[in-house]
Amino acid sequence: MTGTAKDGAATFAPLRIRRGTPEAEPRFDDYSVPFEPGMSVLDAIVWVRTHVDSSVAFRYSCVNANACKECMVLVDGKVDYACTARLSPDGTTVEPLNNKRLIRDLVTDIVPPRETLKNALTRAKTR
Amino acid sequence: MARLTTDVLVVGAGGAGMYAAIAAAGEGAGVLLLDKSLVGRGGATIMAQMTVAAAVGHQEPDHWTHHLADTIEAGRGLCDEELAAILCEEAPVRILEMDEWKVGWAREGGRMTQVMAPGHNIARCCYVDFLNTGPAVARTLRGEVARREGITRVSGLMVVEVVVHDGRAAGAVAIDAETGEPVVIEAGAVILAAGGLTKIYRRNSASANMAGEAYALALRAGAELLDMEFVQFFPIGHLAPRLVGMDPIMWDPFRYKLGGRLLNGNFEEFIHNYDAPDEGQYTAKRDVASYAIIKEVASGRGSPHRGAWLSFEHISADALRKAFGPVIGRLAKNGIDLAKGPIEVSPIAHYHMGGIRVDASMRTRVPGLFAAGEAVGGANGANRLSGNAIPEAFVFGARAGRFAAAAAKRHERAKLSEKDAAHALDEGHARRRPGAAGGAAATGLFRQLQHVMWNDVGLVRTAAGMTRALGRIRALRAEAGDGLILPDDRAFNLALLDWFELCAALLVAESVTLAALAREESRGAHQREDFPQSLPAFERNLTVTLDGDTPVTGWVPVRRYSYALQQKRAAV
Repeated sequence: MTGTAKDGAATFAPLRIRRGTPEAEPRFDDYSVPFEPGMSVLDAIVWVRTHVDSSVAFRYSCVNANACKECMVLVDGKVDYACTARLSPDGTTVEPLNNKRLIRDLVTDIVPPRETLKNALTRAKTR
Repeated sequence: MARLTTDVLVVGAGGAGMYAAIAAAGEGAGVLLLDKSLVGRGGATIMAQMTVAAAVGHQEPDHWTHHLADTIEAGRGLCDEELAAILCEEAPVRILEMDEWKVGWAREGGRMTQVMAPGHNIARCCYVDFLNTGPAVARTLRGEVARREGITRVSGLMVVEVVVHDGRAAGAVAIDAETGEPVVIEAGAVILAAGGLTKIYRRNSASANMAGEAYALALRAGAELLDMEFVQFFPIGHLAPRLVGMDPIMWDPFRYKLGGRLLNGNFEEFIHNYDAPDEGQYTAKRDVASYAIIKEVASGRGSPHRGAWLSFEHISADALRKAFGPVIGRLAKNGIDLAKGPIEVSPIAHYHMGGIRVDASMRTRVPGLFAAGEAVGGANGANRLSGNAIPEAFVFGARAGRFAAAAAKRHERAKLSEKDAAHALDEGHARRRPGAAGGAAATGLFRQLQHVMWNDVGLVRTAAGMTRALGRIRALRAEAGDGLILPDDRAFNLALLDWFELCAALLVAESVTLAALAREESRGAHQREDFPQSLPAFERNLTVTLDGDTPVTGWVPVRRYSYALQQKRAAV
């Protein structure tokens, strides 16, 4: 994605992201993202983090290849991978998974229990 | 401060890191395997949809020395031949080990199917259908890692500094992504397996977490880098129409299997005009094919999005379905019907031939510090053969694990104080400014870096362009060094992790640029418009080391076969 308005992308798509930590009241932030046909929701989130607000917390590795499977979120209320869900020119709402513990913004606790720092620290104590 | 203790610390949990952990645990060492993303999910391995070269000889008679000859020829005179020989000799061992672990190599009649790939003279490239090599490899290794009691895995832990204590790598400082809190790790030996640097280029096929961190960690710990000027651009990365849910380098296996035609904007074949026979055989090596596409575009013979056409229109729908399997459906979702029209491709930063300088035991010049996988430089010289990256991850990973375990056994683990960790932590804390959330910070600067590297230190290089790039990189380093505003929140504070990543990327970008300026010739993946010839005087490797804060280059002779290795080879 070229991702800048001056590339001739005259159209912008609304993107609404649910923000916040478990302690705070959740809020929705609204962004306007240069739209290109075929772009993914991941493209849009990366654009926001690069050009508008780098504090949006999000988890992804493989960038649109659908290999790492880390980018699962709710897209317009449905569980989907951000990397394969297409951004709608009419507006898209992205929220964290609601069946996992929220960490911050779109990031939930998807780390397998045996791969956490807590587990490593516990193992270290019991040895 | 949280503290972890281990015999062997493995930084990065892709193919090389997981193999290293398995091998070290096999020697009885306690292993701590870390990834800044999720173990076995991030990194390059899982993205590999391609083939794995190994002289197992299932398809036709083969021997590792033939694989070595092809690797050295592709490397344009610069391969570290000892590392290349290790890679080729041990690749079959690892590929058969993976077979025992049920990775699922494609088979026909009980034997593994091996295909030709550009630069190989024998069909020796194994794969997992369909386009599933990387995911299958990652899944298999995750399973093997999980089975070993001696390995402790931690996801979401980003190493920001290797701690050197009394001249020895003695551990690391990491940041816990979830809490933003530092963790001190004491280790008997440290293995850097955090992959390459291709994310520093605008168009890249890297995962989001390959920004050169392994190289920056090594440099700052006192190790040498090698061949940093040789970045591999994969010639036929997907360009248009927009394709999601697929690795952009997915087209290669289908070119070999089916013979996709590569055409310029006038729908003419053109690779043969660049002194490389291609003729429907697709034998042109990656460096030549990339250069040819860029030159066609520069001459006004590019496709509409400034690349080349790749056409499968001459292949029957049945043959397409047989070769592509379920991938046909995924392409259809992207509006692509290969029977009806061509797609556009162009070069994309894909792999780094350069990397950390190691000996045959994967040791750097810093005692206790090892490297594995793409993080290692030298085995592939100036141009890597198709299919050599995954065996490199396996072979170098297994060796690094074995030798690091032995080193950890021989040396008492150092006790690290909080002071040892202070340097890395201060860098992060000093620049935190309370309440300043938001604003394009490290991510914006990173984007600028990607443009600089793509435009001026990419496929076609000149002294003027690279000097301009060097100025921009140093300005970005200064900006990242003092002007940056970091939000104060700690929980999953990506801005902090982005900042560490940016600093690593800038140091590494400067190293690449300095090396590319120093090599005043064209060879393999390094093409200078101002020095178009390959010169015998440059049949040497460039090193990069750190002097204070500044990378400096030096020349070393190419490591040819050792006498012992020749004896070994003759005895086979």
